[in-house]
Amino acid sequence: MINFQYSRASDVADAILLLTAHPGAKLIAGGTNLIDLMKENVEEPSRLIDISRLPLRNIEETLDGGLRIGALVPNSDLAYDPLIEQRYPLLASAILAGASAQLRNMASVGGNLMQRTRCAYFYDTATPCNKRTPGSGCSAIDGLNRNHAILGTSTSCIATNPSDMSVALAALGALVHIAGPSGERTMALIDFHRLPDDTPHVDTNLEVGEIITAIELPPRGFARNYSYLKIRDRLSYAFALVSVAAALELDGNAIREARVALGGVAHKPWRSLEAETALRGQAATTEHFSRTADLLLQGAKAQAHNGFKIELARRAIVRTLMQAANATPQSQAHKKIA
Amino acid sequence: MADAANQIPDRIPINLIVNGNRRTLDLVPWTTLLDALRDHLVLTGTKKGCDHGQCGACTVLVDGRRINSCLTLAVMKDGAEITTVEGIAKDGAMHPLQQAFIDHDAFQCGYCTPGQICSAAGLLAEGHAKDSDEIRELMSGNLCRCGAYPNIVAAIQQAMGQP
Repeated sequence: MINFQYSRASDVADAILLLTAHPGAKLIAGGTNLIDLMKENVEEPSRLIDISRLPLRNIEETLDGGLRIGALVPNSDLAYDPLIEQRYPLLASAILAGASAQLRNMASVGGNLMQRTRCAYFYDTATPCNKRTPGSGCSAIDGLNRNHAILGTSTSCIATNPSDMSVALAALGALVHIAGPSGERTMALIDFHRLPDDTPHVDTNLEVGEIITAIELPPRGFARNYSYLKIRDRLSYAFALVSVAAALELDGNAIREARVALGGVAHKPWRSLEAETALRGQAATTEHFSRTADLLLQGAKAQAHNGFKIELARRAIVRTLMQAANATPQSQAHKKIA
Repeated sequence: MADAANQIPDRIPINLIVNGNRRTLDLVPWTTLLDALRDHLVLTGTKKGCDHGQCGACTVLVDGRRINSCLTLAVMKDGAEITTVEGIAKDGAMHPLQQAFIDHDAFQCGYCTPGQICSAAGLLAEGHAKDSDEIRELMSGNLCRCGAYPNIVAAIQQAMGQP
């Protein structure tokens, strides 16, 4: 880890000021990913701006019946918050599928969105990586790419976004509240993370000097028909090979509204509005859910070692939608897949 | 205002309440809480396993919550109450978890045990684990390479008052 300066921000405006004044600086909240990356010399900030004491820890009702979650709410507090458990159980389930109890106690909601890929080449400073060192090349494309993306890849990068929480937030249509040098703005979570294209070093659409202040959940919580299914190499404390967040609103057996987001398969949470629209008005059947999988996985491209992910994702999508339709959501503690 | 590469950062004075005792330290900002405990306060019960948040050997309680001390900067915890395995026993009597780990032989080499016990103390305080599956899931951040998991789960169940 390189030497760095340390400042404690007194409020959001001060954090923005410090970020703008020190071009090599980074914000730190929970630190679970940033400190790890600094130990590996992947991240080398000249200064850390500690925002962990800022008053962004509330979960509040919004006027339209949704919730506004402060960016510094720890992941565990969010997952076990009674309002989240009752109204947005998909989000609670996805958070509890990720990391460990200790890390969830540390990691903030805003930091979860800012965490970087776990591509082994990104972590290994001895190898080329366009995300770490733009223009140096991608070691994963011709390397060990079993864990890598099948959707939205580019010739520069095939890394995946590792977050579980973001997959549920994408399905729920969450918004990201941002403050910066030129004021405040809001962005749909699905637009927050970027595809790699030829700039894989830029993970998000956050501008220089901007800070996430809150996540907003719309009123629609899909509390009855939802499931988060995470497929991984061991049953806990591992990143997803494929994960699926499914949320349905049913009218009898007919689907009124459908949301499906995928994790572990792309540089960002993956949704297909076409797939979701096609489900509306249809019966909740394996046949229709297979069609959803086809539409979601349109254009999926296998690398040398991750071709299995396409079929795995196809089956996981159908299974998770069926769990949601049957109101038998996947338990994150009892591992048997219903 | 840009940070110069050759600028030597100041040491930062901080206070920690460690196992009930107030400790004052002057630390460079990149000192992790784990290194502050082990190297500056000579509390070597907390172990450095992977140093990357993957094994849980460094687990301590900060303001009552279990965290990985290897991924925590000490300066960020200025003013916090830290409990390490050295502070788990109270008034000379072992913590029920410590007794349960002995009763169930919940270790072999013992290297992961301080982290297991601190993590289990956090788990009990959180109150979300009600059966052995939930204990396993919520203890998954603590690896035991000797594979004492069944006995660790049994020890935690004993401390929870489950038969």
